[in-house]
Amino acid sequence: MTADADFWSQIFNFTNYGELLVLLQNSIIAGAVLGVVGGLIGVFVMSRDMAFAVHGISELSFAGASAGLLFGVGVVEGSLVGSLVAAALIGLLGTRARDRNSIIAVLMPFGLGLGILCLALYPGRSANKFGLLTGQIVAVDNPRLGSLIAISIVVVVGLAVVWRPLMFASVDVDVASARGVPTRFLSLYFMLLLGLAVAVSVQVVGSLLVLSILVTPAAAALRLSSSPVLVPLLSSVFAVVSLVGGIMLALGGSVPISPYVTTISFLIYVVCRVIAALRKRHGNSGRTVDPLPARG
Amino acid sequence: MTLPDPTSRPAGAPAAPADAVLALRNATLGFGSRTLWSGLDLAVTAGEFIAVIGANGSGKTSLLKVILGQQRLSGGTARFLGAPLRRGNRRIGYIPQQKLADDGTPLRARDLVGLGISGHRFGVPLPSASRRHQVDELLAAVGATRYADAPISSLSGGEQQRLRVGQALAGNPSLLLCDEPLLSLDLNYQRTVSELIDTQRRARDLGVLFVTHDINPILDMVDRVLYLANGRFRIGTPDEVLQSSVLSALYGSPVDVIRTRGRVIVVGTADGSHGHPDATGETAHHDRHLTPDGQAS
Repeated sequence: MTADADFWSQIFNFTNYGELLVLLQNSIIAGAVLGVVGGLIGVFVMSRDMAFAVHGISELSFAGASAGLLFGVGVVEGSLVGSLVAAALIGLLGTRARDRNSIIAVLMPFGLGLGILCLALYPGRSANKFGLLTGQIVAVDNPRLGSLIAISIVVVVGLAVVWRPLMFASVDVDVASARGVPTRFLSLYFMLLLGLAVAVSVQVVGSLLVLSILVTPAAAALRLSSSPVLVPLLSSVFAVVSLVGGIMLALGGSVPISPYVTTISFLIYVVCRVIAALRKRHGNSGRTVDPLPARG
Repeated sequence: MTLPDPTSRPAGAPAAPADAVLALRNATLGFGSRTLWSGLDLAVTAGEFIAVIGANGSGKTSLLKVILGQQRLSGGTARFLGAPLRRGNRRIGYIPQQKLADDGTPLRARDLVGLGISGHRFGVPLPSASRRHQVDELLAAVGATRYADAPISSLSGGEQQRLRVGQALAGNPSLLLCDEPLLSLDLNYQRTVSELIDTQRRARDLGVLFVTHDINPILDMVDRVLYLANGRFRIGTPDEVLQSSVLSALYGSPVDVIRTRGRVIVVGTADGSHGHPDATGETAHHDRHLTPDGQAS
């Protein structure tokens, strides 16, 4: 019985919760900001079918962060450089989906290997090392929160500026290109924004779990709606709830923050799928009349 | 009909009519040492429906790319509404092959059509009553009002192609370029989508260039046929071009054109391992689904 209580108090512990909340105020703000970024860019990750690219970029981001740690440049700077290099490579070399997937598959293990090498050579505490892969609950200090918010603003404003043509190019590249939308430029532009978004997400949830912020919330939102207004809105709400909720649950426990975030985000996805399945059974398809029997 | 410089035209090439929407003169397209077609003279007049057919790799799609300003001619001139071609011309509508949208597409039917109106503009789309009205009109014109608010990933291929027609009409075009828009549709939808395009070109006086591997679904709609093969081409009415002697000369090998029950079957053009898509396999496949009067069963 006591062993059992110990186990649960490691995971959930709400003693002195008020004080902890104040201490980790920065983390919670960071989580909320990241949620908005992840939720918004996730919509394009889904419509451009780039979930695998997110994973690839995050491994290179891990390599960059490890190198930053080893050479004393800084984890944040290192992960930014790693992300941007990976995003640029994938954007430049992988214009077609098949090319892109093979380039990512080539880059990813190389990045992971490089990161592991840097960590092995790093003489410091091992808790820092593990945190790069699986996330960390270390308090986000003020300068770090500042840089995180600044990068997030760049991503959100950067997305807003190209929102419409980027959506056009994402769902219908041939027609968009025929209409004069600069599809190649947008593709590279988007990759760089994605690189920035991955780099900031890695700092909170770790490189292995970035997908839970950049893909799962958008995938869940797409189960519920196809409205170009509702999907980004829901996706951001889901991501914010996952991150802020995860951080708040993790506060007292001795477990890293990422399992809480990924679990909430996963549960939201499951609920959305169930709702979608129920709706389908009740024939709510957005059509005013039943479709004709002959379908092409 | 005046010609700016008659000497620059090759002998025998027809002058572009005054009401030509699109005029290609002595146009040549090649990549490196390979020439797709050369000396192409083509004038598309307002309201004219022209089918572009020919073997795989004969440069049908490349012709559309040239007109869209995505590819430069290696020789000759091309003008649209009297001006040189440029990228992103709003007066040219484009309908590509049907590709089924997947679940990751955050758009409803009306949003896809809306992209045709303002998808090229930067910024976040703000709600606009006039745009909504315009979208409603386009949806009604292509008969898609019924599923206006359905996610496009839930629509059939034929329903999606109707939307594509609406999207292409959004810019109030003078010329419609269609690149295999009937591909992978069943016969019923091949019929309705091509009839939709035909109705709209008459109503709006659109020039239409319709790239297809199978002329039969549009045979009774087209005014002229541009047949590309082996770097050569023939332009004329379907009756003029779709003849054994004409196509045999074009391919440089015996080709039979068989007309049966109002359909045209081209036999003997199998070039290369891909096989000619006009060859019997394809059309025979369709024939099985047709009732004798040519209507989709």
